[in-house]
Amino acid sequence: MLRKGFAFAALGLALLAGPALAATTNEEPSNVHWSFEGPFGKFDKEQLQRGYKVYREVCSACHSMNLMYFRNLGQKGGPFYDPKYPNPNNNPVVKSLAHDITVKDIDTDTGDVISRPAIPADKFPAPFANEYAARASNGGSLPPDLSVMAKAREGGPAYIYSLLSGFKAPPAGLTLQAGKYYDPYFAGDLTGSWHGAASKVPEGGAISMPPPLTDGKVTFDDGHANRIKDEAYDVSAFLAWAAEPKMEERKAFGLGAMIYLLIFSGLLYASYKKIWKNVAH
Amino acid sequence: MSGHSTYEPKTGLERWLDSRLPIIRFANDTIVTFPTPKNLNYWWTFGGVLSLMLGLQIVTGIILAMHYVPHVDYAFNSIQRIKRDVNYGWLIQGMHANGASMFFLAVYIHMFRNLYYGSYKAPREVLWILGCVIYLLMMATAFFGYVLPWGQMSFHGAVVITNLIGALPIIGPSITTWLWGGFAVDDPTLNRFFSLHYLLPFMIAGVVALHVWALHVPGNNNPTGVNVKSKEDTVPFHPYYTVKDGFAISVFLIMYAVFVFYLPDALGDAANYIQANPLQTPQHIVPEWYLLPFYAILRAVPNKLMGVLLMFGAIGTLFVLPWLDTSKVRSMRYRPTMRLYYFIFILACLVLGYCGAHAPDDMVIPGVAGPQFLDANLNSIVWLSRIAALFYFVYFWVITPLMGLTETPLPEPESISTPVLSHPASAPAGATASPEKRG
Amino acid sequence: MADTVAGASPDPHASGEDPNRRDFIHIAAGVAAVGLVGGLAWPFIDQMNPAGDTLALASIEVDISKVVEGQQIVVKWRGKPLFVRYRTAKEIEAAIKDDHADLRDPQTDESRHKPGKAQYLILIGVCTHLGCVPTFGGGDYGGWLCPCHGSVYDTSGRIRRGPAPLNLAVPDYSFLSDTKVKVG
Repeated sequence: MLRKGFAFAALGLALLAGPALAATTNEEPSNVHWSFEGPFGKFDKEQLQRGYKVYREVCSACHSMNLMYFRNLGQKGGPFYDPKYPNPNNNPVVKSLAHDITVKDIDTDTGDVISRPAIPADKFPAPFANEYAARASNGGSLPPDLSVMAKAREGGPAYIYSLLSGFKAPPAGLTLQAGKYYDPYFAGDLTGSWHGAASKVPEGGAISMPPPLTDGKVTFDDGHANRIKDEAYDVSAFLAWAAEPKMEERKAFGLGAMIYLLIFSGLLYASYKKIWKNVAH
Repeated sequence: MSGHSTYEPKTGLERWLDSRLPIIRFANDTIVTFPTPKNLNYWWTFGGVLSLMLGLQIVTGIILAMHYVPHVDYAFNSIQRIKRDVNYGWLIQGMHANGASMFFLAVYIHMFRNLYYGSYKAPREVLWILGCVIYLLMMATAFFGYVLPWGQMSFHGAVVITNLIGALPIIGPSITTWLWGGFAVDDPTLNRFFSLHYLLPFMIAGVVALHVWALHVPGNNNPTGVNVKSKEDTVPFHPYYTVKDGFAISVFLIMYAVFVFYLPDALGDAANYIQANPLQTPQHIVPEWYLLPFYAILRAVPNKLMGVLLMFGAIGTLFVLPWLDTSKVRSMRYRPTMRLYYFIFILACLVLGYCGAHAPDDMVIPGVAGPQFLDANLNSIVWLSRIAALFYFVYFWVITPLMGLTETPLPEPESISTPVLSHPASAPAGATASPEKRG
Repeated sequence: MADTVAGASPDPHASGEDPNRRDFIHIAAGVAAVGLVGGLAWPFIDQMNPAGDTLALASIEVDISKVVEGQQIVVKWRGKPLFVRYRTAKEIEAAIKDDHADLRDPQTDESRHKPGKAQYLILIGVCTHLGCVPTFGGGDYGGWLCPCHGSVYDTSGRIRRGPAPLNLAVPDYSFLSDTKVKVG
C-alpha cells in the first residue's frame, strides 16, 4: 500500500513538474546517447579532452566559462585527471594547458595590468572585458557564459548538440535580419519573420551565432573523426561535464546510499513485523 | 502534557532531575509511553517523516549558510561554488533543494490524510489550525529560499509574488516598495529574504512543538475516526510506532535519495541555471510544483485583486474548515458519498497543479478548437482551472456543510478494537487507506 | 529497545519465539540507523574543511629575485604571512655562532635553510606563541620581535626570549630556479 501511495505521489509530481508551458517553438533535440546517461553512466575522458579542444579553439573566442578553473581539468573525474597527481595543480598536462593561455594580472610592483601565462589555479579567462564589449563585438548580442549551459537549457547536452549541428538555410518565406541565422532547434518565435501561411510558421528561431563548426575545423590529437556532428557531440559532452564536474561522485555516492537504505528498510520492516506480531490491529 | 504520567524515575539522579526539570518525564510521556491507537495505517507515518525533513532542512540549511553569499553579484556563483568546490557541497545543496519538495510532498499527504479521516474535527481544531500555520510558514520559507540561488526563476518569481501584494488598494504599492527596500527586487531584497529564510524554519519548529502539544491532549485520531474507548484500543508509542514510523521514513528516504542522487534537477527549472537578469524575463514563469495549484487559482481570475484574494482565500478556507464541517462522523470510511466528493477534490487539486504549469491559453485537449466562452476558449487551461478552482471552494463551502446535514453515514464501529475483530470487511475496498489487516 | 518491547502492554509477547533472534533484528536495525546518521554526519562535517578553490591556492610560486639583501618580503600564503628574508653575511654568521647556545627549541641554522642558499631564509611569519605577526628587525638578536607578548627571535628565526615555545616554522618549499621558490 505504501508503494501504491508513493507511486501515486510520484505520478502527481511528474504530472505537475513535467510539462513546461511553451510560448516559443523549436524542434525536439535529437535523440543522442551519452556515455554519462543513466545511474551508472560516466564521462568518456577522451571525449572530454576532445570537447575541451573544441571549446578552446572555437567557442572560447566569444563565450566565457566563468565558473571553470584550469585545475578543474585535472581534478577527479575531469578530462585530464591523472591518478599520479591527486592535486591537479601539479598535473603537468594541466599546467601546460594553462600555460598556453594568457591571463590578465596586476604587477604587484607597479600596479600595472600585465599579461602572464595562466597557472592551474586561474579561471578560464573571459574573451571580453565586460558585457558591453561582448555585445559590441557580436552585433549587439551577448554570447552567454557556458559554465552551466548544459543545465540551463531544456534538453541539456542534447539541445546543445542539436543546436550546433542543426543550422539550416532559412526556408523560403522566412526573411531573417542581417546577422541572424536559422536553427530549427533554437527556441524562438519566427512568426514576425514569416511570410507564408500563418499555420505553417517554421519551428525554431533566429540565432545571432553564426554556425561555429565546420567539418575538419578542429583536429583532434587522437585522430578522432572531426565532422561537424563529431565536434558538436564532443563539445556538448565537455559542457555537460563542466556543468556538473561532481556527477560521477554523486552517482557513486548514490549507489552506496541506495544499497544502504534498502538494507536498512529491510531490517526495519523485519523489526516492525516482529514487534507487531501479537497485536491485532 | 496530557493525563497522568506513567514515568517513574529509577535512579537517584533521575529523581533529582525530575524534581527540578522533568525533561525525561516529558520525553517519556511524549514519545515512549504515549498511548496511540493501535490501528493507525501508513498514512499516519508522515508526521514522523515531516519531523525528519524539518530537521534535515534546518541542518543542511545552516551548512549552506556557511558558504552562501547573499549578494546579487555573488549569490549565483556562491551556490555553484558549493556544488563544485565545497567538500560534499553537491550533496548538501542537493539534499536541501530537493528536500523542500519532499517536505511539501509529505505535508500534502499529511493534510489529505487529515481531510479523509476528519482529524480536524473536534476536539482537534487547534491542532489543525496550528498545522495550517505551519503550512503557511512553510510556503513563505520555500518562497524566500527559492529566491536565494538568484537564478532567472528566483528573480522573476520574487518579482511576481511580491507584486501580488501591490494588488492591495491604496497601501499595496508602498508595502511592495517597503518589502523590496528599493524600486525593484534587488540586493536589499535578497539580503532580507536570506535573513527571513534563516529565521522562519525556527518559527516552524516552534509551532511544530505546539502542534505536537496539541496532539497529545486529545491523542491521535485513527482510521475509524472513533474515539479511543479503553486501553485495549492503544499501544505505547514506543516501540510500536517508532519502528513503524522508522520503516516508513526509511522508504521515504529511498525516494528522496533517488531525486538527490539520480534526478537532482528534475524538480527544478533549467532557467534557474541562468543568473538573474532584471532586464529579461524567461519565456515561462512557473513556481515550484508545490505552489502550482495556488498559482492556477491566481490566474483563473481576470481581475488582479480578485485573483490575489481568491488565492489567499483558498488557504484561509482551511483555517475555518473545522466549523464548515457539520458531520458528526469523522472518517470518510463511513461516508461513502462524501468520499466520492473527496476524491474529486483531490483530482481538482491535481488539475489545478497541472493548470499552474501551463500557459493560460494552452489547449487542454490538443487539436480541438473549442468554442469561445466569455473571455477565453472553453478548451483552454484558463477555463479548466476555473472549473477546478470553483470545485475547490464549493467542496469546502457547500459540499462539506451540506453533506453533513443530508447524508446517511454507514454505521460506525463501537470501538477501535471491534472492526478488526468482528467486521473485517467494514473498510470499503475503494479506500486507498484501508488499514493493515495483517498481524 | 528489546527491554521496552518485553515490558510493553498490551500483548504479553509470550509466543515462545527465540529471544536472541528477536533481539538481533532490533539491534541490527538500531545499528543500521546509527550507521546512517554517522554516514550522513561525515559529509556535514567535512564540508567545513578547505574547499577545492582554497586548496588550489595551497601552494604558490614566489619570485624571490626582488628581495634586497638585508631585507625581507612578506607574501600571503594560505592566508598567513610568509617571510622571505635575504640575510646579510653578518646575520648568517650571528645565527651560526648561536647554534650551540642555550636554545629553547634547539636547531642549527643549517637545518633552517636549503643547502647552499643560506642567504634565503623562508619562514611562516606567525609567532608560535599565539599567532601574531613578528616585526622585522626587532629585538636584541636582530631577527624578529613579536609585538603582542614580546617574543624575540634571532636571525635564524629561532626563539630566544619571551613566551613563545617554538622557533618560527619553516614551510615545505623547494627552489624551482635560483629566483623562483615553490611553497607548499
